[in-house]
Amino acid sequence: MSDKHLSSQFDSELSTVSSRVMEMGGLVESQIRTAVYALAQFSVESADQVFELETRVNAMEVDIDRELSSIIARRQPTARDLRLLIAISKTTANLERAGDEAEKIARMVKSIISSGAARALPASELRVAADLASGLLRKALDAFARLDVNMAVSILKEDDAIDREFDGFVRKLITYMMEDPRTISPSLDLLFLAKAIERIGDHAKNIAEFIIYVVKGADVRHTSMDAIESVVR
Amino acid sequence: MNIATAVPDQSKISVRNLDFFYGKFHALKGINLEIPEKKVTAFIGPSGCGKSTLLRVFNRMFELYPEQRAQGEIILDGENLLTSKQDVALLRAKVGMVFQKPTPFPMSIFDNIAFGVKLFESLNSADMEERVEWALRKAALWSEVKDKLGQSGSSLSGGQQQRLCIARGIAIKPEVLLLDEPCSALDPISTAKVEELITELKNDYTVVIVTHNMQQAARCSDYTAYMYLGDLMEFGATEQIFFKPKRQETEDYITGRFG
Repeated sequence: MSDKHLSSQFDSELSTVSSRVMEMGGLVESQIRTAVYALAQFSVESADQVFELETRVNAMEVDIDRELSSIIARRQPTARDLRLLIAISKTTANLERAGDEAEKIARMVKSIISSGAARALPASELRVAADLASGLLRKALDAFARLDVNMAVSILKEDDAIDREFDGFVRKLITYMMEDPRTISPSLDLLFLAKAIERIGDHAKNIAEFIIYVVKGADVRHTSMDAIESVVR
Repeated sequence: MNIATAVPDQSKISVRNLDFFYGKFHALKGINLEIPEKKVTAFIGPSGCGKSTLLRVFNRMFELYPEQRAQGEIILDGENLLTSKQDVALLRAKVGMVFQKPTPFPMSIFDNIAFGVKLFESLNSADMEERVEWALRKAALWSEVKDKLGQSGSSLSGGQQQRLCIARGIAIKPEVLLLDEPCSALDPISTAKVEELITELKNDYTVVIVTHNMQQAARCSDYTAYMYLGDLMEFGATEQIFFKPKRQETEDYITGRFG
């Protein structure tokens, strides 16, 4: 934010907590990347790294919430400052949940490896979707750092694309399962993985909605794309 | 500046094209504003923005000073009170005012309240006692002073004195109560009591409050007007002003970016 408060201490508190969110976002991104790598390589070691990152992400969420409470208690923020702090609180919750999805992927990978069915799964499409979802989360964090509403709108549209991809993937899995019942068990594993990836995209979308909330003061959750575009325009 | 703001409530005071001058100094510039009836309206803005000036036009307090003049219309109950021939004392009975510093009269607590009532009504002593008790109860002061009504008003604490002044203001049953920084000399507990009282008062009166404390405006008003350098910059529901003001200038002021 370029304009300054009369209190430079308040400015520095806001910028500290904003940069902590970016730091937390970076951790979650690397959690997702590691989970995707574990899936691609069927690597137990990488899956375990995801769990280690999870502990740090959780601790950061708690820390950021404490900082937010302190700012609210001491500064009684209003208008854009208030909306920013609410959005930060919601964003950290969404980041933490995106991290939980990465953890689910890692757990799933480990269970597939221990079942011995690892190499037989057609997981390549999932890797593409996972890259899309983690890229979307990164974009959401970039947009948040710059409070860029246009970028936020394009994230909302991209998430719709991920959702469509997910639907297509589910239909394909159903075909596999009907053709050969022996693929049902690994296909269900894949379904859970795909769902986790789709959820990461949803969290990126939620973050994008909070950017519009901060900048425009409009709550665009559960509204149509037309309504969102008329708010942003 | 003409700001069209839809106020859903019934208007008690309409301000139209109001200009105000301290000698040659143009202190209020073309103010248009509707003060909603039986609501609390707060005026906020930096020092010298004209908020107290505007408040003092509402009961013609400025007429005490010959070099001050107001142009335009202030319509109260259908009558322009700037050109009205109405007796100013009657106007001030209808539009009461409480000042920044508590101003108890140098007399007993009881007489502080009875004094104004006697000017307008002749009550027998039983009715007068009832009126004094009513006003003190309304002002949330009764339980603290009921055993010492004969004591001097100035023996009370600052917060109690201010509530005494509010009781005095409402004892003559005005329609509008103007509060000019009523809590600036009070501690947080007395402030909270006065704010509680303001919320209570709007059931019966139209309340207009000038305050430097933005959180106070946020806490106890229904509508907020932001003024700057004699202009009304923005007027709207308090929730809207403090959550998503329409103008950048308002946002800068309420978020503390004003420099």
